Amino acid sequence: MTDRLDQIFVLLKHWLLGYLPESWQTPVGVVISVVCIIGLYPALFAITTVLERKGVARIQNRLGPNRVGPYGILQPMADGIKSLTKEDIVPTSADAVVHFLAPVILVVTVFMGFAVLPMGRNMVLVDMDAGLLFYFAMGASTELSVFMAGWSSRNKYSLLGAMRAVAQMISYEVALLLSSVVIVMMTGSLSLVKIVEAQNHYSYGFPHWFIFTPWGLAAFIMYAVAGTAETNRSPFDLPEGESELVAGYHTEYSGFKFALFFLGEYVAMFSISALGSTLFLGGWMAPLSVLQVVPSWIWFFGKLFVSMCVFIWLRGTLPRLRQDQLMNFAWKFVLPMCLLNLFVAGLWRFMGDGWLRWLVCSAILILAYVSIGREGMRRQKFGPRSYRYAE
Amino acid sequence: MLGDGILKGLVETARNFAGSYVSKERMTTVEYPEERLPLPEAARNFPFLVYDGDDWEKGLRCVACQICEKECPPKCIYIEKSKDKKPDYVGKPQIYPAKFDIDISVCMSCQICVEVCPFEAIKMNTEFELATDDRFAGLLLDRKQLSRSNEYYHQIHPTEASEVDARLAEEKAKVEAKAKAAAEAAAAKAAAAPAVGSPATPAAKPAAPVEAKPAPAAIAAEVAKAPVAATAPAAPKPLPGTGSDGTAPMSAEDKKAAETPAKPDEGEPKAQGEPKE
Repeated sequence: MTDRLDQIFVLLKHWLLGYLPESWQTPVGVVISVVCIIGLYPALFAITTVLERKGVARIQNRLGPNRVGPYGILQPMADGIKSLTKEDIVPTSADAVVHFLAPVILVVTVFMGFAVLPMGRNMVLVDMDAGLLFYFAMGASTELSVFMAGWSSRNKYSLLGAMRAVAQMISYEVALLLSSVVIVMMTGSLSLVKIVEAQNHYSYGFPHWFIFTPWGLAAFIMYAVAGTAETNRSPFDLPEGESELVAGYHTEYSGFKFALFFLGEYVAMFSISALGSTLFLGGWMAPLSVLQVVPSWIWFFGKLFVSMCVFIWLRGTLPRLRQDQLMNFAWKFVLPMCLLNLFVAGLWRFMGDGWLRWLVCSAILILAYVSIGREGMRRQKFGPRSYRYAE
Repeated sequence: MLGDGILKGLVETARNFAGSYVSKERMTTVEYPEERLPLPEAARNFPFLVYDGDDWEKGLRCVACQICEKECPPKCIYIEKSKDKKPDYVGKPQIYPAKFDIDISVCMSCQICVEVCPFEAIKMNTEFELATDDRFAGLLLDRKQLSRSNEYYHQIHPTEASEVDARLAEEKAKVEAKAKAAAEAAAAKAAAAPAVGSPATPAAKPAAPVEAKPAPAAIAAEVAKAPVAATAPAAPKPLPGTGSDGTAPMSAEDKKAAETPAKPDEGEPKAQGEPKE
């Protein structure tokens, strides 16, 4: 019974395909899975927007949307209808083709990432050997669409927002990759299915997730920081800093194209969170061995939900960084820590079992965290400004 | 250590998040159309016309003197005088506005009309939900839409309204005292007449109009010389013995006021406005 429930979507798909001739089964099966993904994540996006507005409102001691439907849960429908009925404006001097393609490319590349993410036991669209590589290739393409949007709009704000976005995304992409490389070192595989399987064993009822090791925890923290920056979320939302850049790279977008940018941003958040939970939090695994009776996909989406809540919590808490702080943090703190973490992971691998490796690895990481944090992030003291020529 | 500030912030926001479900005092907003904050007493928006009693048309204090129309900086008031007269709050027949329109799309809420009005007839309202889908006729308010009862005025500006009421009551008392004094003087004259030798009935005839007339005449005089009246003692001015002296100028003034009723008001609007505010 539990197995049945666990595999309910897989069985449902097979049952549906059973009615088709054999030569049709593979393409139709792919189409069904794709349609499910494309239908599911926008629905989650709608729920997340209302959750975010309510959550941030509560953090600021407000009520949040409460007019459309009971407790305002139908607010996303009203928003969707509004954005669909709005006029789609393309600036006269804009490059119309690129302007149109930018949001499309964003949404397409963001959804492509889900192809390799396992959403439950046996629930993966493509079990690619180089899944992680494919994911990062797709994730890097979102920068292209952001820059296309900023460049084609022919607007100073858009271009500045796009420049910021590209600078930020490239800087943090390095950290994102390096923090994930540790997992590849440990599991010896780029396949996300295999990475989940590698964490799929329990001792004393507790799981062997990678986050419960010193290098895993460090990598997870770095991954979380880089992932937040990669998705342009607060506190790293400089590319759309509304106080200085109107709306950043999507200033010149309106109506449904703007909604697509919004959708792309949130789906990228889901995708980054899904990859994070796959790499560090055991993907679709239950957090305790006794909880394995609960279907695997519930755990996957539960972890997704928790990370969304953390994203919202962070957004409600932290103010936006300055551009130089952003860059300093990426190159002076996150990157050295990631590089050190590669070394620590190697150490862990070759020190063998025992308590000693726990001690050594934790000590190195904590020491590095404190010292780099103190030295690298020290506030620079500026004296009175001196001029050489303009006295 | 790096990051402890972030943790502190996260704890603070989590406390806010949980606290907003527990305590109502934390909430900084009110759900506007259902619940609303009381407006401060000094709040003001657009002018309205005050009326006494229950009938807005009868009780309107405005006498169509057109001072506000002339003083209004953006010229948003439009007044048409009536041809007939109706009695005001002390009983004197006054003209009234046949038409009194305020274009609130032009009005800038400066309150100058309120400051210059010698009759306490126009005051500032606090209503702010005036949105309409007709931007011409919908924002041009006529005298019916503008009129509000004195009770309403008490509701929105209690302190100011009771001051105004006290002032009006004082004026009315003064006028009544004057009328009484005049009546007594007339009675004394009538009583003195038989002693001289003339018959009682012809003497009563000129006394009757005198009795009725001093009231409006006095208020006109009162209004025209407001600063003087405010400083003057409230005691009846004409002594019983000097009755013949008192009635003669009054009837003259009354005749003048009847011919051109708005004239004393138009003459010196600034002087009338000043002592009130």
